[in-house]
Amino acid sequence: MNTIVLRGRKVVGGCAEGEALVTRDRISGWGGLDPRTGTIIETRHELRGQSFKGKVLVFPGAKGSSGWSSQFHVARLAGVAPAAMLFNEMTTKIALGAVVTHAPAITDFDQDPLDVIETGDWVRVDADNGVVEITKRST
Amino acid sequence: MKLAADEQAMLDGKEGPARQKAMDLLVRYGEALGAARLIDTNNVCGTMGATMPFVRAWAEKHGAGIDAVFSEFSLDSAEALEIPKVKVFSCHLQQGMDPAHAEQQALAPEAVKIYREGEAFFSRLGVQLMNTCTPYLVGNVPVKGEHCAWMESSAVIYINSVLGARTNAEGRESAGAAMLTGKIPYWGYHLDENRLGSHLVEVEIDVRSTADWGLLGYYVGEIVQERVPVLNGIRQVPNLARLKHFGAAASSSGGVEMYHIVGVTPEARTLEEAFGGGRVRATIKYGEAERRLAYERVNTTATDRAVDYVMLGCPHYSIEQIWEVCQLLEGHRVHENCSLWIFTPKLVRDLADRNGYTKIIEEAGGYLMTDTCSSVGRVVPKGARVAAVDSAKQAHYLPAIMGIQAWFGTTAECIEAATTGRWSGELR
Repeated sequence: MNTIVLRGRKVVGGCAEGEALVTRDRISGWGGLDPRTGTIIETRHELRGQSFKGKVLVFPGAKGSSGWSSQFHVARLAGVAPAAMLFNEMTTKIALGAVVTHAPAITDFDQDPLDVIETGDWVRVDADNGVVEITKRST
Repeated sequence: MKLAADEQAMLDGKEGPARQKAMDLLVRYGEALGAARLIDTNNVCGTMGATMPFVRAWAEKHGAGIDAVFSEFSLDSAEALEIPKVKVFSCHLQQGMDPAHAEQQALAPEAVKIYREGEAFFSRLGVQLMNTCTPYLVGNVPVKGEHCAWMESSAVIYINSVLGARTNAEGRESAGAAMLTGKIPYWGYHLDENRLGSHLVEVEIDVRSTADWGLLGYYVGEIVQERVPVLNGIRQVPNLARLKHFGAAASSSGGVEMYHIVGVTPEARTLEEAFGGGRVRATIKYGEAERRLAYERVNTTATDRAVDYVMLGCPHYSIEQIWEVCQLLEGHRVHENCSLWIFTPKLVRDLADRNGYTKIIEEAGGYLMTDTCSSVGRVVPKGARVAAVDSAKQAHYLPAIMGIQAWFGTTAECIEAATTGRWSGELR
């Protein structure tokens, strides 16, 4: 089977797997998503209308309000958090957000995950060891 | 992460379970960031309100009191702990409602009761109930170099850039933990090297009104995202309100937490100082074409020119802005099909009361509200469909949060819309 392996730095430990949801747009927390459903609501966002519930969310980083973490915190309590988070740009918003989401998270990759992972790929995340295994969606 | 003796003691539970959980969160957060250590702070601003519908429903389902709400939502602790007094100077940011306008905001009595209980709880902890997104308007004005732990992106960018204070954009949980411990990760904008400019913005046109500064911020934020822009070519020194609107916009379209204006802001006396000898990643031009593009991007949601709601005060209006609105409003009345709500900190409202401005606004048919805004409180006049705002930040968030249209323009255009019920703004 065609699998690709990425290595990075653990942000939050743990293991999870799921279907990838990939965006090149940074994500806004407060005012950018509905934390009760995990749906992106930002007006000009490429994922507008899509939910990250149970997905391995692959994105460049965070932007916008400092209510970022609180929205992901609520999403976890509402049962709609992402299964894991993979991102490139470290900020306080995303670090705290990942911590309170309690989902495995990795950054500082040896290859840009946005170039390697596409929406629909199956992704296994072992954050304790900083390893991501990608199985490309069958074409 | 290396902990000092007092930090280790808190983590070991020597100061009780709540401070232990707070320190545990700060350690998890610091390690996620890759921070080497924590730093002392004596200036924290955060939000802890329990009025949000999800939080209320959660509290009801778990039979949880306000200690439990603070434990979960401000400390990431599923275990309900008794919350002790804050250790350092701590301020509450904006809340979810203005109970003095419960009728206009259609607030349920139960929600107001929870709000009042929350206020009593926070004041017992020693939290200053400023209830505003602009603590720097009402007495919390950090000094250059002061290490802070603030939430509220528009306030973070203001105190970093305009005042030279040092904070990252903290979140609800890290601010809560900082209040109880007086500690925050030593990372990001606390360190000299991360405060230097990354992108050069050559401003080729005059930037005049608060709306103009909002457009500049919206344009620049979208390009530089979480980096540090340096504005060059600003010929007229902007005032507080203009920089408030600029920063709010740049931290909405992007995630800007720090900027420099050459010759204006304290860490950019010269272009060289702003970049500190570092590399200029990219140079961005801002001329008429870019200004128009920003205007079109901010104005993407509205098509209907019949305006039924004019919202001003994002970020919360300064007394100078209220005075300006009163001059525009005098002799006019708010149109029968339209509402005018203006938001300001309670302390500024007291001054507006004394100056006679509240009376001018109310006699014209408007309201001067405090403590919240339409996006944070999800409060708009009943049946509102089309709003007009003078804040690029509010134009960015309000349509997404409330599902209504929003026009963006100058303050004068917004007041004209309020008195005529029609939007006739355009880029001039």
